[in-house]
Amino acid sequence: MARNTGDNAMIRLEGVSKWFGNFRALCDVDLTVDQGERVVICGPSGSGKSTLIRCINRLEEHESGRIVVDGIVMDDDTKHIADIRAEVGMVFQQFNLFPHLSVLENCTLGPMKARGIGRAEAQKLAMEYLEKVHIPEQAGKFPSQLSGGQQQRVAIARSLCMTPKVMLFDEPTSALDPEMIKEVLDVMIELAETGMTMICVTHEMGFAKTVADKMIFMDAGQIVEAATPADFFSNPKSERTKLFLSQILSH
Amino acid sequence: MSAVDATTDGLAAPKRLKRRVAWWKSAWFDVVQFVLLSGLLIWITWRGAASMDYRWQWYRLPRYFYRVIDGELIWGPLINGLFVTLEIAAWGMVLTLIIGLITAILRLSESVGGRVLAKVYLESIRNTPLLVQVSIFYFVLQPILGINNPLWTGILCLAFFEGSFASEIIRAGINSVHRGQWEASTSIGLSKTKTYLYVILPQAIPLMLPPMTGTLINLIKHSAILSFVAVFELTTEARNMIGDTFMSFEVWFVVGPMYLVLTISLSTLVGWLERRVRRHR
Ligand SMILES: Nc1ncnc2c1ncn2[C@@H]1O[C@H](COP(=O)(O)OP(=O)(O)OP(=O)(O)O)[C@@H](O)[C@H]1O
Ligand SMILES: [Mg+2]
Repeated sequence: MARNTGDNAMIRLEGVSKWFGNFRALCDVDLTVDQGERVVICGPSGSGKSTLIRCINRLEEHESGRIVVDGIVMDDDTKHIADIRAEVGMVFQQFNLFPHLSVLENCTLGPMKARGIGRAEAQKLAMEYLEKVHIPEQAGKFPSQLSGGQQQRVAIARSLCMTPKVMLFDEPTSALDPEMIKEVLDVMIELAETGMTMICVTHEMGFAKTVADKMIFMDAGQIVEAATPADFFSNPKSERTKLFLSQILSH
Repeated sequence: MSAVDATTDGLAAPKRLKRRVAWWKSAWFDVVQFVLLSGLLIWITWRGAASMDYRWQWYRLPRYFYRVIDGELIWGPLINGLFVTLEIAAWGMVLTLIIGLITAILRLSESVGGRVLAKVYLESIRNTPLLVQVSIFYFVLQPILGINNPLWTGILCLAFFEGSFASEIIRAGINSVHRGQWEASTSIGLSKTKTYLYVILPQAIPLMLPPMTGTLINLIKHSAILSFVAVFELTTEARNMIGDTFMSFEVWFVVGPMYLVLTISLSTLVGWLERRVRRHR
């Protein structure tokens, strides 16, 4: 953490706001995520969860406030943006695998074309991570030949191949059939155990209880509640959190 | 799938091979139909020509393809014209694709100047007659720019014309790739150019191929319009021949199929290319 400013924060958001036209999707969000910390974000649909984590790797541009990732300030300097993206991996709800490339090529594209690593080395790296997500035997297949759960695990491996310091997950299991959710969550739990800094948007509360160091509840573009899982589930402070939890846990 | 569907579709298929096909559905009947219809067309033409006392002189045609003088093969005007048309088509295609790609990228770019420039070009090209554009290129731009080569003026003009259609095809192809692909590429650190190169275009090109073939075929067909500005391509040669020999029926009956051979070969080639590109999906 050479560039860090002295504290232990991997990600720091200060007063971050984001508008879509006249609609304010994020209102003055403050959030600090320490190195190795696992944060789970939940909240009703449209509350700005995706927008928040997409601002962290500049898939969305915030209009005001400050975002610092591993000591690098997110501004309009393309070098800074590229440096931050190099440290932040992202997993999407719809997997977004490259359909024209094999599983192995999906994993080697970033290392080879963005990092300039040679093919042999990139393939070795890719196989290592495909083993970590338990599908090395699928390396030669194309994404369309895999189940949803396998595709999402490939997407995780593809991100890990860029050796990020932070992983962002945007509802990684909500496009999956129930029987495949567990295989993806298991991989995420194993990843958490390696000490990876993670921010997960998810409504899988079992996963949250196992893995999260911090729970965050968002509503209407604001962080309404941030607490340890123990406090968050047994004794939420805000009425909105209580209502949300009662709805989601009743399922 | 219901049980009924299964019997008609999948299970009955082996049996169908043995069963006799009704005669009006057989391939032979198709051939007979085709022969009868073309016979009818030829007969009508022949009758029409006879009624206006047209003298067919097919025997005079071969020497307009080639002659052998002192054991040396010399191409006639029709083949020379075909070569020029091929040259226009080849360079025209390359330039059409380049102009189309640049315009598409300008339109998709964040630069306001680039987008306006592309839009002005597209609207002015697509809303004026090609013949007027050819005239402007030939009678106005050529002297102003000091180009003294009608062939290249013509190629450029055609490329700018078809390029406007190509750019829309390329833009539509690029836009039809899901934006999640951009986001995934961005998140693994690919630059915009590399994302286009390795992620977007490989997915967009198979989608672009069929409409792009149409545009390239148009390029070949529209090259005939250059016969108005002293480019010695196939149609010019044909018109000159008719001026010399008055064999208008024979000449057009030969030149039409010559264009057909060009365009159909092109679409066959692209069709083959398309199957190769799509093999993995
Ligand atoms: N590109 C966009 N243009 C306009 N409005 C947008 C855009 N993206 C998101 N929004 C709006 O911003 C708000 C927050 O969206 P966001 O996707 O962050 O919500 P979310 O909490 O992730 O919801 P979900 O649980 O449905 O994924 C929503 O009201 C959404 O309609
Ligand atoms: Mg979302």
